[in-house]
Amino acid sequence: MLVWAETAITSDSMYSCILTIKIMGIEMMTTMQSMTGAKALMTAMEKEGVRQVFGLPGGANLPMYDEFARCDIRHILVRHEQSAAHMADGFGRVSRKPGVCFATSGPGATNILTGIATAQADSAPMVAVTGQVPVAMIGRDAFQESDIIGMANPVVKYAFQPRTAAEVPAAVRKGFYIAETGRPGPVLIDIPKDVQQNESEMVFPDEFKIRGYHPWSDPDIVAVEKAIDMLLHAQKPIILAGGGAIISSAFAELQAVAETLMLPVVTTFKGKGAFPETHPLALGPIGMHGHAEANKMMTEADCVLAIGTRFSDRSVGTFEAFEKRLKIIHMDVDPAEIGKNQTAQIAVVGDVKASLRVMIKLLAKNSTRLTKETPWLKHVKETRAYWKENLKLHPGEMGAAKILRKLREILPSESVITTEVGQHQMWASLFYDVIQPGTFFSSTGLGTMGWGFPAAIGAKVARPDVPVVDIAGDGSFSMTENSLATAVLEDIPVIVFILNNSSLGMVAQWQRTFYDRRMIGVEQSRCPDYVKLAESYGAQGIRAQSMAELDGAIKTALGSDVATVIDIPIDPEEDVLPFVAPGTSLSDMILPS
Amino acid sequence: MWAILSILVENKPGILFKVTHLFRSRNFNIDSISVGVTDNPEYSRMTITTVGDEKQVAQIVKQLDKMIDTVEVRHLDEHKTVYRELSIFKIRLSNANDSMEINKLAGAYGAKIHDVKKDSIMVELTATPDQIKAFEELARPFGILDVARTGVAAIQRSGA
Ligand SMILES: Cc1cc2nc3c(=O)[nH]c(=O)nc-3n(C[C@H](O)[C@H](O)[C@H](O)COP(=O)(O)OP(=O)(O)OC[C@H]3O[C@@H](n4cnc5c(N)ncnc54)[C@H](O)[C@@H]3O)c2cc1C
Ligand SMILES: Cc1ncc(C[n+]2csc(CCOP(=O)(O)OP(=O)(O)O)c2C)c(N)n1
Ligand SMILES: [Mg+2]
Repeated sequence: MLVWAETAITSDSMYSCILTIKIMGIEMMTTMQSMTGAKALMTAMEKEGVRQVFGLPGGANLPMYDEFARCDIRHILVRHEQSAAHMADGFGRVSRKPGVCFATSGPGATNILTGIATAQADSAPMVAVTGQVPVAMIGRDAFQESDIIGMANPVVKYAFQPRTAAEVPAAVRKGFYIAETGRPGPVLIDIPKDVQQNESEMVFPDEFKIRGYHPWSDPDIVAVEKAIDMLLHAQKPIILAGGGAIISSAFAELQAVAETLMLPVVTTFKGKGAFPETHPLALGPIGMHGHAEANKMMTEADCVLAIGTRFSDRSVGTFEAFEKRLKIIHMDVDPAEIGKNQTAQIAVVGDVKASLRVMIKLLAKNSTRLTKETPWLKHVKETRAYWKENLKLHPGEMGAAKILRKLREILPSESVITTEVGQHQMWASLFYDVIQPGTFFSSTGLGTMGWGFPAAIGAKVARPDVPVVDIAGDGSFSMTENSLATAVLEDIPVIVFILNNSSLGMVAQWQRTFYDRRMIGVEQSRCPDYVKLAESYGAQGIRAQSMAELDGAIKTALGSDVATVIDIPIDPEEDVLPFVAPGTSLSDMILPS
Repeated sequence: MWAILSILVENKPGILFKVTHLFRSRNFNIDSISVGVTDNPEYSRMTITTVGDEKQVAQIVKQLDKMIDTVEVRHLDEHKTVYRELSIFKIRLSNANDSMEINKLAGAYGAKIHDVKKDSIMVELTATPDQIKAFEELARPFGILDVARTGVAAIQRSGA
């Protein structure tokens, strides 16, 4: 059904009418208006519900920038386009609606590439709009021309380059649709300057068809039935929840299935917090830096219900060792993930929320009686309890575990966390328990240093009502620290929580472990002073050198209406443990000695 | 395993680039490729032959299918498929009876002779890649001056 109200025309249009046209057999009620490509872009985005754009202008996107003067979409200025992309990404992951970033042609466009690739690696919805040189100049090595469509191709879900103004509305409609449906991802719309400037009769389609795109499929009930049967007959069944469970926000469904079948739950790092980590069945993330209890139980399990995961090497170690002796039930929205890295005995293709709902329905009808105290569950509980007590931690007052547990203790459960990339990220995975599902976000697939802070800004725009904290490393924060200007000037008060080991700590750990302590290129020499840096941007900077100071700093930051950087000096020699070395299996976990 | 993939795509600029880029970035190989518009000008058909184990071929098909610009992707069963490739050979004539010998050879393969010169002859052969390979081996002793091949075109038989 098409709803006319959704396509209401903006009042300042020069000319408008309603018409019904037939395209590909679909009757569409559409609005027809005469306007420029730039105006059409903004109008189409308003129809998509876009409230703000993160970006930075230049020659090739000036026509679209000029439209901000005449529409209700807020522009949030960044100091580097990469950050605009990460902000859009953070916004998208939290709101589950595509975040939008703008960049000019050439260097502006290439600057957002890292951000696009990051979103693609983590299946985050995003729409990036770049300016391009005029159509007639394309291919002539024009000033600030870069073939961004060609460069971005392998890291986008889809890319458009409208060649006439009239193509703009459909490109936007389709772009948003592609970005947010099925397995989400970034969409690039590259608009030549003359296409932005030219005026045309615009048709804003409500419905359209993309012949080669089938983002959703209905879960196969027979497969789900078989999955239940397999789980009920397994001796040591387990759930592995991945990023897809968070993308689908299948939290209640996941918890219902786990509790009904009494299945222990491990997650991937990307799936961290898909299930409350304080729940008695929760074991936390598996993998290279997984929780000891999670890796132990994963390697002992005989049957796994894998929910929205792509079985990355960081999660499973060596592919061969992982699937040996393990029956795999794989639920995923992307058919290409089935069998890519692991062989599934049962595959359920579809949105995991829908698939789990089918499972819950079938379980309600299932007469098999479940015993709540199987030897497996008992073993799981004991293992969990053992490692909660006995994992050896850094002895100092300012050890990573203590710092992150302090943060957890003070932050309200609905707070949103982003992280940078490195040891601090893995410590966050190990020691910061997610209580409310879907409140923890990280660049996991690409592992992009510098993602966390701008992503926190995007997240805060999506959720201004909750505290947003970037758990940061000094090295990563340096990569996008100039986003402090955005946080301050645009009044987006996020908290940057730096575990400052004055080094590229994760790399340093590898050099200590695999390169005989030859430390090359990892020392940061306490440069810059992050407190002064924050202050120079008009943000608040606090150094916390004891637990008491840390307690005060977190509370001050929470009470503050300006962005706050908390700089926490820590021991540069502290390692992240457990550690599963690359190319080994989860059972080869190195534990603290 | 040698596989013939038949891919129906939107007939739009840039699609060939995307398909070949997918093969590159996913570490797959393209053995041959042919592209042409279908009877419906909105679509083109790409026929790609590739080599990989069963798992790899299944993954290629899925990744191609996932592409938004591909409308239909099929892994054709070569035993139920008509597939042919066109090749043109330029072969050296050095001895007096070379021309006759090559004519015979061409005849045996159902190839056509073009452009007979004093010191070279052109042969056009439409056949399966295996047959072309066999022909090439037999022609090699004469001296192959040039070869151009189109890549395989293929359609599965009805009811197959
Ligand atoms: C320094 C560092 C260390 C790391 N260490 C670890 C580690 O120890 N352990 C670990 O696990 N990871 C680790 N990672 C992360 C790792 O690189 C991968 O990013 C991560 O494991 C991917 O998790 P995933 O497959 O669950 O999620 P994603 O990559 O988000 O994949 C999501 C999957 O769900 C599917 N999906 C999406 N939406 C839906 C939906 N609606 N319904 C159904 N399915 C859907 C997708 O098709 C995809 O298959 C580390 C990363 C870094 C940077
Ligand atoms: C853009 C980018 N460059 C390089 C790396 C490789 N790398 C991974 S972790 C890391 C160190 C990060 O340092 P810091 O942010 O201080 O975190 P720490 O490990 O010290 O906690 C580096 C350089 C990366 N992930 N991203
Ligand atoms: Mg560091």
